[in-house]
Amino acid sequence: MGKSLGPVGAPALPNAVPPPAGIGRRSFVGYVMGGTGLVVAADLALGAAPARAAGLPIPSVPQIPELYDLNDFLTHCALPTSALIAIHIDEQGDAHFALPRMEVGQGITTSTAMIIADELDLPLERVHVTLAPARRELLFNQLTGGSNTTISTYTPIRVAAAVARKALLDAAAIQLGALVETLTVKGGVIFDLLGNALPYGEAAALAAPETTRQVEVELKAEAAHTIVGTPRRRVDALDAVTGRKRFAMDLTERDVPGALPTMVCRAPDLNGTAKEVRNQAAVAAMPGVTHVAIIPTGVAVRARTFGQCIDAVRALDVVWNAGTVAGRSSADILKELRRAELPLAVPKLGATTVEGEFVFHFRSGSALEPNCAVADVRADSATIWGGLKSPIDAQSKVARALRLPQGKVTVNVVQGGGSFGRKLFSDAAIEAAHASKAFGAPVKLMWHRADEPRQGRVHPMATSRIRATVLLGSVISFEQRHTSVSTDFTHGLGERLTAEVAALPTGLANLGFSETIFLLSQELPYDFGVVTQLLNESNLDVDRFNTSSVRNIYSPDVRCANELIVDRLAAKLRLDPVAFRLRYAKSGIVKRVLRRAAELGEWGRAMPAGTAQGIAIHKEYKGATAVLVEIDCRPETVNRKVRDAVTGPRVTKATVVVDCGLAINPLGIQAQMMGGFSDGMAQALSYGNHLVDGRFLEASWDNSAYTRQWNTPFEFRCEVLDSDRKEPGGIGEAGVAASMAAVACAYARATGTMPTEFPINFHDPLHFEPKPFVPPVPESPVNGLDHVS
Amino acid sequence: MPTHTFQLNGETVTVDVEDDVRILWVLRDVLGVTGPKYGCGINVCKACTSHINGKAFNPCAVPVGALGPDDEITTIEGLADTVPGDGLHPMQEAWLEHDVAQCGYCQPGQIMAAVALVQRVRAERRAITEDDLDSIRNVCRCGTYPRIREAIRAGADQM
Ligand code: FES
Ligand code: FES
Repeated sequence: MGKSLGPVGAPALPNAVPPPAGIGRRSFVGYVMGGTGLVVAADLALGAAPARAAGLPIPSVPQIPELYDLNDFLTHCALPTSALIAIHIDEQGDAHFALPRMEVGQGITTSTAMIIADELDLPLERVHVTLAPARRELLFNQLTGGSNTTISTYTPIRVAAAVARKALLDAAAIQLGALVETLTVKGGVIFDLLGNALPYGEAAALAAPETTRQVEVELKAEAAHTIVGTPRRRVDALDAVTGRKRFAMDLTERDVPGALPTMVCRAPDLNGTAKEVRNQAAVAAMPGVTHVAIIPTGVAVRARTFGQCIDAVRALDVVWNAGTVAGRSSADILKELRRAELPLAVPKLGATTVEGEFVFHFRSGSALEPNCAVADVRADSATIWGGLKSPIDAQSKVARALRLPQGKVTVNVVQGGGSFGRKLFSDAAIEAAHASKAFGAPVKLMWHRADEPRQGRVHPMATSRIRATVLLGSVISFEQRHTSVSTDFTHGLGERLTAEVAALPTGLANLGFSETIFLLSQELPYDFGVVTQLLNESNLDVDRFNTSSVRNIYSPDVRCANELIVDRLAAKLRLDPVAFRLRYAKSGIVKRVLRRAAELGEWGRAMPAGTAQGIAIHKEYKGATAVLVEIDCRPETVNRKVRDAVTGPRVTKATVVVDCGLAINPLGIQAQMMGGFSDGMAQALSYGNHLVDGRFLEASWDNSAYTRQWNTPFEFRCEVLDSDRKEPGGIGEAGVAASMAAVACAYARATGTMPTEFPINFHDPLHFEPKPFVPPVPESPVNGLDHVS
Repeated sequence: MPTHTFQLNGETVTVDVEDDVRILWVLRDVLGVTGPKYGCGINVCKACTSHINGKAFNPCAVPVGALGPDDEITTIEGLADTVPGDGLHPMQEAWLEHDVAQCGYCQPGQIMAAVALVQRVRAERRAITEDDLDSIRNVCRCGTYPRIREAIRAGADQM
C-alpha cells in the first residue's frame, strides 16, 4: 500500500445522477475507484441543482436574481462539464482532497476540510486539503469566483466523503465479522459492539477494490453534524503565524532551480509599451543582473536578488510608446460615461420625484501580495506556479503566448496572498512565461508595489443614476441606470457563456456578458412598484483599462446608490430608515437580518451632533446581510493627523448581521464579513485611483488609502444567524456592498449632505506627492535604522 | 564580492553580496528565509517587519552593509525562540486564539510589529491604548484589523 491513484488520474465516468427521491433523505451515487489505495469519487456537478432554466417563466414583477441568480448560473455552467472529484484515504487513515478551487484567504480549505471531516467522522486535523493544478477536463468548473465555491461543491464533496465512509465500514464489517449497522466510528477508528477496533488506515487497505464500482449512499442528517456549523480556526493558521505558509514568491532554489528574481520596467503611461532600450548592455552589466529583454508589457530584468532588479529597472533608459488612454483624466472618462447613460423611462414628476446621480471612481484591486508567478519555459513545454483562480484559463493563455499546445503547459496552483478579483486573471503568469522564454531561463517574476495601482487591474469607474417616484404615501417606481467602463470578464467565463446562453431563461439570451452578470446579480430587495435596473458599458474600453470583477463586482456601487436614495425616500415619507426598510423589504430573510442588526447595534440611540448611525442591507449569494455603523464626522476627528495618511471621518462601531444559509464555519464567515467591511468602508471613504494625463497617480499603500488601523472601528461585531436554508450560501464577497452603503448612509446623516461621488475624499487635495513615472519604481530607502521601534 | 556577517535567529551567518542590497533580499533571495514578506520595498506596508537587537525594523529599507557582526536579526521564524520553552511566542498563540489570519501574507509582519509595540509600551510602564493600536502602520488588505487589535491585547497579557 502507500501508492495511490491521485484525484487527477481519476478516469472520467458517466455522470452520476441522484436517484429519484425516495422517502426520507436523498440518496446519491458515487464511486469506489479500482486500483491501489482507497480512492472514492463523486461528480462535482452533483446536488446544488440550479433553478430549472428551461421553461422558467420570468414574471415581470420579480427580478431575475430572485429566481435564477449568478450562483445558479455558475452552478448551471458546471453541469455539462461535470467531472470527478476524489478523496483518497491513505495508510494512516487520513483523508486527502485536491480542491479544484483557489484559496486566497477566504477560508475554503478550512470549510472543505470541515465538510469532509464531518461526513467521514474523522478529526479535522486528519483531513488534508490541497489545491488542484489546472485540470482541463473541468473546464468551467475550476473557477473561483462569484463566491460560488461552497455553493457548488458542498454536495459533491459530502457524497464523496460518505462513499469513503461506507467503503471503510463495509470492509471493516467483513474483517470484524460484524454487521455494518452495528459498527460505529469515532475519530477515524471503527468499533464493533464488542469493542474491537479497526483504524481507517487498516480498513482502507482492505477496502480498495480491483475495479471501480458504483455505490449508493445517504448523507448524514444535519443534526448529526458535529463539525459543520461550529466555529473552527483556519487549518493553515499555524503556518501563517510562524512564517511557514508558502506563497508563490517563497518557492526557492530547491523548488525551481534557477528561477531568479525578475521584475518589469513599465511605461509611464497606462499600458504603454517599450520601443527600444538605449542602455541594455550597461544595465546587463550591473551587479547581480543576468538578463534584460523587451517583453509585451515592458522591459524585463532578471537578477540574483529583487533588490538588484529594482536597481536595474530604475537604471533602464527606455523609449516608450504611448499608452491606451494617453492624455486622458478621470473627468474625461466621466464625460464618456455620461454620454453612454441610458435614459430613464419614468418622467420626472416634480415634487414626487427623488433623484440621485452618483460617480464611482477607479480603485485598485491589488492584494498585499503583488502579482507574481514562477515560470520555467523550455523549448517544447512550460511549467507555471502561481496563485491563480482560473488555472485552466491561465494554461490556455500561457500556451497561446508561447505558441505551445495547451497540453504542454503545466499550471501549479499555489496559495495566494489575497485576490479581490485580481487573481481571476493570469497577468503575472503570462508575463513570467514571456520573460522566461525571452531569457531562456526560469524566472520568479514579481510586480513592484508601484506597478500595482498604476498598471494593475482596477474596479471600473462607473456612474449610477436613480429616479424614484412617490405617490399617495407610497413608492411607485424605482429606476436605476448604471453605466460603467467595461469590466473584463475574459477569464474563461465568456466562452462558456456562448455555449450556455441558449439554456438561460428567456430574455437573457441576447445580452452581452456584462449585462448578463449584472442582471443575474442585481436585485433591489424592495417592493417599489415599477423597478428597472439597467447596465450600460461605455464600450470604448475593452483594452484601454485593465479591469476585473473586483470583489462583489457591481453590487457595492449599485447598492450604495440604492441605499442612499432609500434613506431619502424614507425621509420624504417621514419614516425612520429601519421602519421604512422593514415596510418595503420584499423577503423575510432581509427583514430578519435588518431587525437583528438594528437590535444588536442599538439603532436609534441618541448620538452627539456630527456623529450618526447608518444602516443598509444587501441580498445576494443566496443570503442577506445588514450592516449598521456609527460614524464620527466632527472636525476634531476628521482633522486628526497621521503622517502620510488619510484620516477623515471615522467609523467607530460596526455591526454586521448575515444569513448565508447553512453556516459551515461561523468563525470563517465572521472573518469574511470583517474583510468585506474593511473593503466597503474604504471604497466609501478613502480608496480610489486618480487618472491624470493617462496615468494613475497612486503608487504606494500610503497613496491608495485603503483601510488602515487608524480608520478601523473600535468595535466590530458580526453575528451569523441560524438560517432556514439548509444549503450554504456564498460569503467571500457578501459583506462588501452593505458595508459601503451603510457607511455612505451614516455619512449623509451625520453631515446632512448626501455624498454623490466615491470615495468621498476624491476631490480633496492629494494627501501625497505623486511619485515619478520615470523611473517607474521608487528607490528602496537606506535609512531604515533611523526608524527602529 | 564583500562578505557580511551578522546574527540571524540565534545563529551567525555570513553572506557574499554587495553592500547596498537591502536586508530583505539578503534574507529572502540569498538565505531563503521567506517569513518576512515584500509588500512595497519602501518602508510603507510593513509586511517585512522583523527585529534588530530586539526592536522592530523594516529590512527592505536597510542595506546589508549597515550590519555589524554582533547585530541580532530576528525574523518571524526565530520569534518563538526568543521566549522560554518549546512552544510559540505568546503573541503567535494569541493570533491563533483569535484566528486572525486570512490570506496570511501580512501576518508575519503584523506579529513582529505587535511584539515590539507591546515591549515599547511596557518599557514606558503603561497599558496599551487605542492610540497605540491606531499607530500600527502594517497594511492588511484582507481587512483583519479588528482581530489584530484583539489579539494584541490578549498577547500582551501573556507576555
Ligand atoms: S516591504 Fe518593507 S515595508 Fe513594505
Ligand atoms: S491576512 Fe491577507 S493581507 Fe493580511
